[in-house]
Amino acid sequence: MPANQYLIIATGRMVLLGGALALVVAPRFLDAGGLTMLTEFLCLLVLALMWNLLAGYADIVTVGQHAFVGVGAYAFYGAAVLLRVDPYLAIAAAAGAAFVIALPAMMIVFRLRAAYLAVGTWVVAEVLMLAAGKLPNFGFGSGVSLPVAVAREFGARPAERFATIYWLALALAIGAFLSTWLLLRSRVGLGLTAMRDNEEAAGAMGVNLLRSRIICFLWTAPFLGLAGAIITLQKLRISPAASFSIIDWTVFVIFIVVIGGIGSLEGPILGTILFFVLREHLATLGTWHLIILGTLSIAIILIEPRGLWGLLRKALGGDLIPVSHTARAGFGKPKAP
Amino acid sequence: MFATYLNLVVQGTLLGGLYAIFALGLSLSVGVMRFVNIAHGDFIVLVSFLLLALSAVLKLNVLLVLPLVIPLVFAAGYLLQRVLLQRVIGQNALLPLLVTFGLSIIIQNGLLQGVGADTRTLSAGALDVASLQVGGLSIGVLPLLTFAVAVALVFGLDWLLYRSRLGAHIRAVTLDVAAADLIGLSSVRVYAIAMGIVGITVAVAACFMGLRMNFDPTSGPSRLLIAFEVVVLGGLGSLRGSLLGGIVLGVAQTIGGQIDGAWQTLAGHLVFLTIFLARPQGLLPRA
Repeated sequence: MPANQYLIIATGRMVLLGGALALVVAPRFLDAGGLTMLTEFLCLLVLALMWNLLAGYADIVTVGQHAFVGVGAYAFYGAAVLLRVDPYLAIAAAAGAAFVIALPAMMIVFRLRAAYLAVGTWVVAEVLMLAAGKLPNFGFGSGVSLPVAVAREFGARPAERFATIYWLALALAIGAFLSTWLLLRSRVGLGLTAMRDNEEAAGAMGVNLLRSRIICFLWTAPFLGLAGAIITLQKLRISPAASFSIIDWTVFVIFIVVIGGIGSLEGPILGTILFFVLREHLATLGTWHLIILGTLSIAIILIEPRGLWGLLRKALGGDLIPVSHTARAGFGKPKAP
Repeated sequence: MFATYLNLVVQGTLLGGLYAIFALGLSLSVGVMRFVNIAHGDFIVLVSFLLLALSAVLKLNVLLVLPLVIPLVFAAGYLLQRVLLQRVIGQNALLPLLVTFGLSIIIQNGLLQGVGADTRTLSAGALDVASLQVGGLSIGVLPLLTFAVAVALVFGLDWLLYRSRLGAHIRAVTLDVAAADLIGLSSVRVYAIAMGIVGITVAVAACFMGLRMNFDPTSGPSRLLIAFEVVVLGGLGSLRGSLLGGIVLGVAQTIGGQIDGAWQTLAGHLVFLTIFLARPQGLLPRA
């Protein structure tokens, strides 16, 4: 690799690190509106990272991701309001509930192969959403607001509360990012990459595909549930239509990852940033917003299935966040005499 | 009590005919091109709106407009496959899924933009309310016609795939694309024709769906889920299975809706999941 490429990649990593630092100091400089948007950004980033882990690495294309966000939201409400659990424990309960629901969901969708699996996850999500609308203590189909007392636990004044929710979202995003990165660099991730490159060879080397896919599917559920709890804290309301919104928690997320770059860790980050930039300019266009996103994603798939990051990677000559272990300089190469 | 349930089973069976028509196009695109068209339901809704508009402009009964749009939907399916889908099929299952997912969102929002969010239905004039009295049961002529069309389509497609020359071509390409190309069959062309046939089933589904139930620009996904459940229940790739799968789902929904109106959809999904867990290969799997 030529020296100037090292420089480009090093610069790219500095930008990434700079962005992370900016997120840490952001609450000092932003007002409530800005902080709310950044919280939304972080939640969507977590959803994008999770969808990308499944679709980009584990070969599980799900159209039912919103189910676990909704389960997290309802579990948080149930624990914090109905059971009067400590609100921070209630957030943890959201992760637990999503994980518990993921077990039977997995039994159903893993019996379907490839393309069918996508619609299968959608059916499961639909069932969970319809079932949520039948729960009497959760306001049936119209949902229910979070009591003020519970919201106050996260800060007496709105400004404090927004800051607390922001820190929770930031912690979740950083935790989701780092742990998923480690997962992808672990045995599981290496096996999945090998499987993606050559299924027969990987199988012959003893990679257990089913085990890896199960780990990934179960991995995403708690993170999605936590995101659901934080989103509920921000919106102060649960309802089947909003908490299980396929547009907000699945459609946008798929567009984000497809446009940003599926099968890389930079892709979801790039995609989420781009999504928020586009949203600022297009949200007033209503339905055109989604038409433009849909067209853009189809165009990207036809031009470069690995998304914008796929194009950038070619230009930069490498990944900023290496998932494989080949990035170490000169590793395994014979040394020049 | 018995008469009530007999009535529900009959009505559910007739509804199942409609569901089988929903499923035929999906079954064909999975069976031949090996991809699930996420926009299948949205295509049905799109053509329903087309039929609604044409029937108003031409001042013709929608059942007479249907034959007129058949060449159009065949051409649309052909071109869609040739121009767009052909570029992404084959390599991996992810890409066609994502492309049709994008199409689905574009169609839904394009329709919202173009015709608004109002709920519509199609009308076939006096036929809408006509019914027959059979042994104490009142059976609508339209549901009966729908069911007859479903049976005719199932057997027609079965004949096309397994008895005709075109069917032999389609099956050859399905079995081995490279070998088919090698003996001079153009797989690109065969795929495009198959998608054209899918287009025709979509138009028939659109017509009878619009006559039977309300639709609006966002109705597509629920139609896709029904089509999917019917295909899986029937057994992947089995056209006759689709008829049986449709009937099971139709009866489940009708009985569920009778117990409590709000449970109709959920009852269908739950029966689907139960049968699927017990019999993942479907009710009539292809050998």
